[in-house]
Amino acid sequence: MSARTLPLLFLNLGGEMLYILDQRLRAQSIPGEKARKVMNDIITTMFNKKFMEELFKPQELYSKKALRTVYDRLAHASIMRLNQASMDKLYDLMTMAFKYQVLLCPRPKDILLVTFNHLDAIKDFIRDSPNILNQVDETFRQLIDMYSCLSAGEFQLIRQTLLIFFQDMHIRVSIFLKDKVQNSNGRFVLPISGPVPWGTEVPGLIRMFNCNGDEVKRVEFTNGGNYISPQREGSFDLYGDRVLKLGTNMYSVSRPVETHMSGASKSLASHTKENAAPNPLAKEELNFLARLMGGLEIKKPNGSEPGFRLNLFTTDEEEEHAALTRPEELSYKVINIQATQDQQQNEELARIMGEFEVTDQPRQSTSKGDDLLAMMDEL
Amino acid sequence: SLLSTSPFFPLLYVTANYPMLAATAPFPPFQASWCVLPSRVLLVLTSQKGIQMYESDGSIMVYWHALDVLEPPPAQAVFARGIAAASGRFICVGTSSGLVLVFDIPSKGTNITLSEVLQEHRDSITDIASEVGENPDGAADLVTADDSGALCVWRSKEEFSLLTKISAFGWTCSSVKLWNGVIAAGYGNGQIRLYEATSGALRATVSAHARWIYALDVAPLTGKLLSGAEDSYVQIWKLSRSPDTGDIEIEHCHSECVTDTQLCGARFCDPEGNSFAATGYDLSEIVRYGQV
Repeated sequence: MSARTLPLLFLNLGGEMLYILDQRLRAQSIPGEKARKVMNDIITTMFNKKFMEELFKPQELYSKKALRTVYDRLAHASIMRLNQASMDKLYDLMTMAFKYQVLLCPRPKDILLVTFNHLDAIKDFIRDSPNILNQVDETFRQLIDMYSCLSAGEFQLIRQTLLIFFQDMHIRVSIFLKDKVQNSNGRFVLPISGPVPWGTEVPGLIRMFNCNGDEVKRVEFTNGGNYISPQREGSFDLYGDRVLKLGTNMYSVSRPVETHMSGASKSLASHTKENAAPNPLAKEELNFLARLMGGLEIKKPNGSEPGFRLNLFTTDEEEEHAALTRPEELSYKVINIQATQDQQQNEELARIMGEFEVTDQPRQSTSKGDDLLAMMDEL
Repeated sequence: SLLSTSPFFPLLYVTANYPMLAATAPFPPFQASWCVLPSRVLLVLTSQKGIQMYESDGSIMVYWHALDVLEPPPAQAVFARGIAAASGRFICVGTSSGLVLVFDIPSKGTNITLSEVLQEHRDSITDIASEVGENPDGAADLVTADDSGALCVWRSKEEFSLLTKISAFGWTCSSVKLWNGVIAAGYGNGQIRLYEATSGALRATVSAHARWIYALDVAPLTGKLLSGAEDSYVQIWKLSRSPDTGDIEIEHCHSECVTDTQLCGARFCDPEGNSFAATGYDLSEIVRYGQV
């Protein structure tokens, strides 16, 4: 499938993650200074130049497991910590939100407008920090360079690649259920009314021409939907009105983020087989992670800045309960690094992971190597 | 014998009905199609790595054509897409670079050869269709479509010759069908266009769908046309030619909404077009409709 998909996947999921974290930071009344620091640290890490270079190289998408590992690291790029249950929920929400946005894009090219909506919002989060702002603008320009001249067919291929990545995910999100954009079976509602995409005519007209090209007959028909003409096209420039609402922040303090785990996904027989068999791509995924992580510079928290734990649930009890009751088929299985195989590969990854060491949680171990591998296995 | 052309559907269909094939196929299929020739039926699968041809029961792979693989992966995707049998002896398959590969198929056995490469398209091939109706001598019997929306019309006796080219108008032509010298083309902006195959002249435009059209099918005995799109709708039409003027006509017959489903594959289930089936993204079922 398309080798140009990863930057869009990463940036949009990252954007959704920031919306959710921002909402939870305010809901948990974390002091303004601390909250801003967390957001700044994460955004700085996300838009790191070396990291972006790796991201924009043509490459196939890797597994959900590999990608999840990157977001785990990102979420912990600052003084904030999340428990496993909260991290799981965060990832569920991020992925379902972006899946919805990709599915509902009126034109394949509008996936770029969705991305720009996320970037516009990220720029607003860090509007007081000119350094980070520059980094984000740089990425913006890279996106414009890389994607502006792609054809509709190439965008559709990117969209298909993304949809395949999200296939069979049907986690119910309460904000979607409330807004009636998702059904109780987890599938999204596809509207058959409203404005048609820019460049599409409202369905209902047949025009017939003779061999000279003159129109000889015009017939109207009922197509079944209730569509209207679109107002205007969104802007693909660095600044501008995107018009499209997909990709803008749908959370606010009064609209909490919840998910329902029951009756979520139907797995085909092939999916369970995939989980049981050894993953032939594991080595390539490790390569990918090593390259990406190599570019992720994590700021070490200084001693004077005490950390805090963010909870994606309303109470600690709820979080504990969620951890215990998460269905097996929805667990994000970590990448199991078998220390006996490919020692050199693992050492390289372990070295890079060493830069991400969590300092405020005491660990008991005999050697640094074991420590790091154990830490990765715990993800 | 229902098979749809779509990025999501072939994997589902092949794994459900040909589990052995799915298990041994090296890469997930991009597209699958049965090619009916006078002496045999072959199942053709395309993917990012190449083209596989199987006996129709999926038991034996009779041919494998590898696409050039470059390391590191280029920014432009590499794949094969667009499958059609032509002139009772060829199977044509399109590629992402715009080439159309023509394979010569013997009446039995594995001695399949690449006999010609058609190089008229500059953008990725999206679909290929051969004439499924009446074919008066000297007329067109193959249409190829690409990402830019351009169409090429071919005659294939012994060798392929280009009859005419139809220019793009700014939207991807995602699917194409050829029936009684009428080209039906579906586009990414939801429009269906009808062209005269021999001259390439535009004969009708239909603002048929509110989203990307993924599938077109024609019922050869009646000229019924089916279109399936991401707007959840299957629309049924009737193609005809006016006996007085020779003008090509199209009328709307029926709408069917497959609720909350972006359709990616749809086909008639019989040659008269009295029943049809559809499937879509995230759907693990094929939904079938029949006239009562």
